[in-house]
Amino acid sequence: MAAPEPEAPTTAPARAKDHSPWNWLLFIPIVVPLVPAFFNGDSPRVFGFPRFYWLQLAFILLGVGTTTLVYQMTKKRGGR
Amino acid sequence: MWRDHLTEIIVFSLLFLLVSGMGFVAARWRAPKDMAHLDEWGLGGRSFGGWITWFLVGGDLYTAYTFVAVPALMFGAGAAGFFAVPYTIVIYPLVFLVLIRLWSVSHRHGFVTPADFVRKRFDSPVLALLIAITGIVATMPYIALQLVGIEAVLKTMGVTGDNALARHLPIIIAFAILAAYTYQSGLRAPALIAFVKDSLIYIVILVAVIYLPYKLGGWGDIFAAADAKFDASPNPNDGILLNGNNQLQYVTLAFGSALALFLYPHSITGVLASRNRDVIKRNMSALPAYSLLLGLIALLGYMAIAAGVKPLPGAKEGTVDSNTVVPLLFDQQFPDWFAGVAYAAIGIGALVPAAIMSIAAANLFTRNIYKEYLKRDASPAQEANVSKITSLVVKVGAVACIVFLDPQFSIDLQLIGGVIILQTLPAVALGLYTRWFHRAGLIAGWAVGMGLGMWMLYQVASPTRKHFGGSAFPLSEFGFDTTKTIYVGIVAVVVNLAVAALVTLAVRAAKVAEGVDGTTADDYFADEGDPRVTPGTDRDADSAREPVA
Repeated sequence: MAAPEPEAPTTAPARAKDHSPWNWLLFIPIVVPLVPAFFNGDSPRVFGFPRFYWLQLAFILLGVGTTTLVYQMTKKRGGR
Repeated sequence: MWRDHLTEIIVFSLLFLLVSGMGFVAARWRAPKDMAHLDEWGLGGRSFGGWITWFLVGGDLYTAYTFVAVPALMFGAGAAGFFAVPYTIVIYPLVFLVLIRLWSVSHRHGFVTPADFVRKRFDSPVLALLIAITGIVATMPYIALQLVGIEAVLKTMGVTGDNALARHLPIIIAFAILAAYTYQSGLRAPALIAFVKDSLIYIVILVAVIYLPYKLGGWGDIFAAADAKFDASPNPNDGILLNGNNQLQYVTLAFGSALALFLYPHSITGVLASRNRDVIKRNMSALPAYSLLLGLIALLGYMAIAAGVKPLPGAKEGTVDSNTVVPLLFDQQFPDWFAGVAYAAIGIGALVPAAIMSIAAANLFTRNIYKEYLKRDASPAQEANVSKITSLVVKVGAVACIVFLDPQFSIDLQLIGGVIILQTLPAVALGLYTRWFHRAGLIAGWAVGMGLGMWMLYQVASPTRKHFGGSAFPLSEFGFDTTKTIYVGIVAVVVNLAVAALVTLAVRAAKVAEGVDGTTADDYFADEGDPRVTPGTDRDADSAREPVA
């Protein structure tokens, strides 16, 4: 099954497409929701929700915002 | 008595029949020229766009069991059950860049399963077989658990019988219908049904989180009721907040579960069925809508506390079936017809993932066992046929698990499943980035990780059981002077990686053959319209290259 490895013409631009400094932002919504010190408390309450609950639900927005930003900032690279 | 629930049963049955009809019609939806190919039956032609993928993967990852078990956990243990929220937040940024590489290399080489990729990347049928078996073993109990979700609903509607067969007859019928339309329509069936399932669930939950707090005196009262319940309980680790002992477990469980989720074969099936890289990336931003839904569903557990729900008795004397708290809450608080809609949402919610999981398990068997070891020259039509039949066998097995064994057995197996699927991380996920690991190292790491994970799970006791009492391993067992606990899967996979690295260094020093990597760096960036490598012919850089849009 040893396939030879020819120089594929699309290699260079295709590679450039995945590598972007914007990708580092993805670490924020991975790390922040995993630090209990941020959310493991009762006050302040929002609409009766302890911080533990409303803040973790709010982290969803952090995740959506970050992935959307990274997607928008990286999608046109590589000249496609 | 079931007669008191007649309206619920009628609404439930009507909706169930509707989606069954859709399941059969699905074969003609986006119909291919030739259904007798695994790409068509097992991956829906690899053609799903953003919306279909969103419904399909959402319906696949957020299963009926999740919707029943997470609020049940909140009901019983409090804050610890909320781990499902951080778990489903960190998952998407975590796999954002990984899944597109997997999609590209699978598109280029026509891979259907994660084991297909491992086979080609590490040139090792043995490692691929281990990955395939791990995937099948981890998926089977997951399918069985979907039945637990349906049963919780049926039980609440009073649909029970005197003996085991009568009690299980409704789910046997339901699964027979499911098996028939999955056989005929393949992945197109759950993809089409997912639209109905998710629409119903969104409606039910939106109504529930607005209407129920209004009836129960507001969110403040709901949390106060939960707090009072946990204060009164003797268990030191429950409560509406985490304590010093279970924070590490909470975080490692969320992170470990996130690492494991997209290693499950059924998740990968959903991803590979999408049309291009863009669809996957956009879905990483759109799928968290389901996480919000899950977070709200989790809080139904507290609403059940505030409403004074008492779970129905379990299979054994003196136990309670906490999975019934959400169905009971709906039964108590909603008008009958709407409770019927809610039950249908849970019931249909079980069918979508069960169908995808059985397809994924069948594909693993076909590609990595049947084609690899039994019939090397199987044609695409034969592959599709074997997969269709295997999907039937898988479903019969799942039903048998529930009918003949204690459902607790499936729950234990699913707990184990999460830990063992995580042991495929070095070969599948890291393999997408590096071929540094030697195949012998990966096999050794897998074996040690599996062994350690099983031993640790065996050691975990709970108030009611001596072994397999959960996934929170007390660090004191390792000799640490602490009462903290940690998620078993994380420890096992770290040891797995360490062993894989050490053995890699050792066998490389001993100059053991490494095998040939069948993929090229460029394969990991291929997109829709790029040419495929057809099996049997070596790649030709110039011919068959389609223009890239």
